[in-house]
Amino acid sequence: MKYLCLVYVEEKILHAMPQQERVALSDESMAYCEGLRKQGQLLAASPLHPVETATTVRVRDGKASTTDGPFAETKEQLGGFLMIDVRDLNDAIRVATQFPAARLGCVEVRPMKELGCA
Amino acid sequence: MSEQEARPVAEIVDALYRAESRQVLATLIRLLGDFEAAEEALHDAFAAAVEQWGRDGVPANPRAWLVSTGRFKAIDGMRRRARFDASLTEFAKQLETAATEPEEPDEESVEDDRLRLIFTCCHPALSPDAQVAMTLREVCGLTTEEIARAFLAAPPAIAQRIVRAKAKIRDARIPYVVPSEADLPARLDAVLRVIYLVFNEGYSSSSGDSLLRHDLSGEAIRLGRLLIRLLPEPEAMGLLALMLLHDSRRAARTSPTGDLILLENQNRRLWNREQIAEGTTLVERALSTGRIGPYGIQAAIAAVHAGAPDPAATDWVQIVALYDVLMRADPSPVVELNRAVAVAMRDDPSAGLALIDAILERGDLTNYHLTHAARADLCRRLGRTADARVSYELALKLSRQEPERRFLRRRLDELSESGKRD
Repeated sequence: MKYLCLVYVEEKILHAMPQQERVALSDESMAYCEGLRKQGQLLAASPLHPVETATTVRVRDGKASTTDGPFAETKEQLGGFLMIDVRDLNDAIRVATQFPAARLGCVEVRPMKELGCA
Repeated sequence: MSEQEARPVAEIVDALYRAESRQVLATLIRLLGDFEAAEEALHDAFAAAVEQWGRDGVPANPRAWLVSTGRFKAIDGMRRRARFDASLTEFAKQLETAATEPEEPDEESVEDDRLRLIFTCCHPALSPDAQVAMTLREVCGLTTEEIARAFLAAPPAIAQRIVRAKAKIRDARIPYVVPSEADLPARLDAVLRVIYLVFNEGYSSSSGDSLLRHDLSGEAIRLGRLLIRLLPEPEAMGLLALMLLHDSRRAARTSPTGDLILLENQNRRLWNREQIAEGTTLVERALSTGRIGPYGIQAAIAAVHAGAPDPAATDWVQIVALYDVLMRADPSPVVELNRAVAVAMRDDPSAGLALIDAILERGDLTNYHLTHAARADLCRRLGRTADARVSYELALKLSRQEPERRFLRRRLDELSESGKRD
């Protein structure tokens, strides 16, 4: 079963972090993802650029509109994602729990539908 | 088939449904991997039993018969639907292969299935409301209407909650398993929380149909019994003990007019001795493991109260000591408040009052009516009538439950009367 783990963190917290800590967090995350990849559980993962770079697109009555910023303004921002393939939700929860950023923000675990277009 | 022959079979099936339908359902969910399909199979199996047992007699192992009949009915149904939906063909075949392997459900696997069902219904990925509704519906076998009546909710709302939970179990693939050892303590906590919530819904609330609410407490106690049979963990024993010891005072804690009677004023002859004995034995068993937790400690406190033949004989030294243990295991302002009241009983009201004032000064529990009610009571006992009045009035302002409000008003009236006498 495929799950998309959406990693939300308060960018303020990340920005306020000393350089050294940020590098350590990033290294830990990379190592963790590498471990998952070796076990065949990771399909894709990536951190995202800060939310100021976000653009939201919608089409209403056939008219496309593009706006600056994320879809929803919240305290925590989508900072990255992991796409994993594991047995069930318990395993997905375990993977999400051990992801370093879960200690700073939170991880939303969403089951993926089978009918993707990949 | 004559009327006389059919009757006993219908009765046998009825009795089996009451006693075994939850076990059969739990196993069918594992075999079919789907709640909806399992429920349909369960009903088909019981319907087939009424028909076939009247003709061929009751099988030697009715439960095994019901499980395998339910499974074959589900495969049949899938094959029929497969004519319209090709994706089901493969699935039906898989199930069929599995089904040809003879499976005699032994006692252990049946109990494992029941535990799987409990842990799935109380999975933390479901909302607390959904956990309660699923547990009552699937584990206890209450109908949606019964759950709705007990929780003063509209049946469609409860039905919706259950449908959503089942959809999440299916779509997010919540597994039908007993948690691994590493996850067990946290997951067991969730199960215990659901059971205690069901109990308190039946025990504490003064609203709604009291008879139905009483049933909820009974249901929670039954669940607690089932759980310690399946998983004899100390905290599960502690919770069952706590529920039994609270429930033992049911007849004594309200007057015929529905007014609350405080522990110290209860007629102890009305306490249920059997429940007290069972609860106390369970507390001792939990204590002897050396792994006692918050439920067990609270049960131990309730057991000390239950062991006192009259209020004056209460062992307050031991109760304060147990609250000290509870403060280390599960510290909270409410535990601190209860400990303060016990200290007032062990030493004197002023010692308890100082502790309560310290909690309030810190800004904790200022909007909790029981803090002010306790403070008022201690002031009253110290003869500080004006302070007592202020605190009773605050408690009255914050209290939502009618019997409690009546009690507080009565206390205020008594203060005025004694004020007139002075």
